[in-house]
Amino acid sequence: MIRFEEVTKVYRGTARPALNGVSLEILSGEFVFLVGASGSGKSTFLRLVLKEEKPTSGSIHVLGQDLGAISSRKVPYFRRNLGVVFQDFRLLPNKTVFANVAFTLQVIGKSKGFIHEAVPDALRTVGLEGKEGRFPHELSGGEQQRVAIARALVNKPAIMLADEPTGNLDPATSAGIMTLLERINANGTTVIMATHDAGIVDRLQRRVIEVIGGRIVRDERGGGYQTQANPVLSQAGAASPRLSATGEAR
Amino acid sequence: MRLGLVLSEVGQGLRRNLSMVVSVVLVTFISLTFVGAAMLLQMQITEMKSYWFDRAQVAVYLCTEFATIGGCEQQAATPEQIAQVEAQLQSATLAPFIDTYYFETQEEAYANFQDQFAGTAAAELVSPEFLPPAFWVDLVDVDQSQILVDALGGLAGVESIEDERAYLDGVFDVLNASSITAVGIAALMLVAAVLLIATTIRLSAFSRRRELGIMRLVGASNRFIQTPFILEGVVAALIGSALAGVAIIAIVEFFVQGYLTQALPLTSLVGLDEALLVAPVLLIAGALLAAVSANVAITRYLRV
Repeated sequence: MIRFEEVTKVYRGTARPALNGVSLEILSGEFVFLVGASGSGKSTFLRLVLKEEKPTSGSIHVLGQDLGAISSRKVPYFRRNLGVVFQDFRLLPNKTVFANVAFTLQVIGKSKGFIHEAVPDALRTVGLEGKEGRFPHELSGGEQQRVAIARALVNKPAIMLADEPTGNLDPATSAGIMTLLERINANGTTVIMATHDAGIVDRLQRRVIEVIGGRIVRDERGGGYQTQANPVLSQAGAASPRLSATGEAR
Repeated sequence: MRLGLVLSEVGQGLRRNLSMVVSVVLVTFISLTFVGAAMLLQMQITEMKSYWFDRAQVAVYLCTEFATIGGCEQQAATPEQIAQVEAQLQSATLAPFIDTYYFETQEEAYANFQDQFAGTAAAELVSPEFLPPAFWVDLVDVDQSQILVDALGGLAGVESIEDERAYLDGVFDVLNASSITAVGIAALMLVAAVLLIATTIRLSAFSRRRELGIMRLVGASNRFIQTPFILEGVVAALIGSALAGVAIIAIVEFFVQGYLTQALPLTSLVGLDEALLVAPVLLIAGALLAAVSANVAITRYLRV
């Protein structure tokens, strides 16, 4: 589904790489938490998957395509297979809930008939039926994030990327969003979520990839926010990140 | 569906940036009016050239008793000398190049002079014996006056040979200079127009950067993203160039045809036909200009 091979990303003008020799593989249908301090490289990872950035070295395959081989003209068509959710929702303030979700389909040229079927469907999935006509500022934070998830979902993407989707929400609301993401994952969508929320990671017990200073220091299935099962692993991982990168946790 | 969406985006952009759009309209309007004026001036020059050059004659001035230049030595051309010049004009070598010619005596030259300069001091000063008799020659090809100079220049009794076009060249130099000035101003204004269009489009893109970010995120194609912006620039520029076209037609209709034809009754001037030719050229030029500069301006926002 997603495969990184020795990927290094150095932003122009900085000496320290944002990602340093990262190799990993995420399989179809997985739910993956990406944890680590701010600036550890989580967002860079997501941006690389989206092909918003090019890796300085190494190769990335997403959905069977080599991202290095996709011309910039084809990038939009590649992105239609991915859904993205952000901490700050990124809704269009002057459009209603329905229009915000429909916008995605409009700009990729879907027919009116398709939009009028798919949008209510997506809104039902996220539990927002009856609020189609509201504007974003009339909704709570949790509801706004649900609109954003509906927007990411409406085109039925194979992969959903979520960059701290609960970062602006209270714990109860966050739990609701997580239930939603779990349900989306259960329907077969691969979910990759970058987060700082230790409670959520500990509760869900999914695959956890921990990034520190651009290196993967832990890749653990059924792990928590901090390693409890095998503290040695994280030290070994820090010394030799490639060891921990792919197979080990399996 | 998509066309409607693109058009509503264009309308939104135009409304949001109204003051910039108005300035784009005005700058394209003025710059293209100058372009149109320059084109009309060039057409006027071409028209006048073909009109006057066709009528321009070569004068073969003969000696008077006051003339000292050429082969004259202060002796008026004798009838034999005049006959000899005429024989040359009819000869097999020159005849193919000459359309028609006629002889003007000193008295006829005097009468013409009095006509032309009636009421001036020169008309009172001059008397028939100062004015040279002359052969007025219409050439088949007006560019070949040198042939006459070569053939007749050395003959006894010929004072000088003058091509009337030499006088017209001065007039055309003035017209050309004003046309070049108009082109220069037009070029400067066009640069301003292009930069202004680019700035307007950037501003418009900046005010819609949220939408643009989301469009890129969800995979809207580059063409879909850039089309509204390019159309925005083209619409503004088209309004400006339409105004310029109307201005050019109005200038021709009211100033050239309404005023200049009465002030210069003998000159053939550009008319509505030419103006109607210039107007669509301005429209196309305005649209192209806007499309290219808007395209360049928006490309920055499409990099992935």
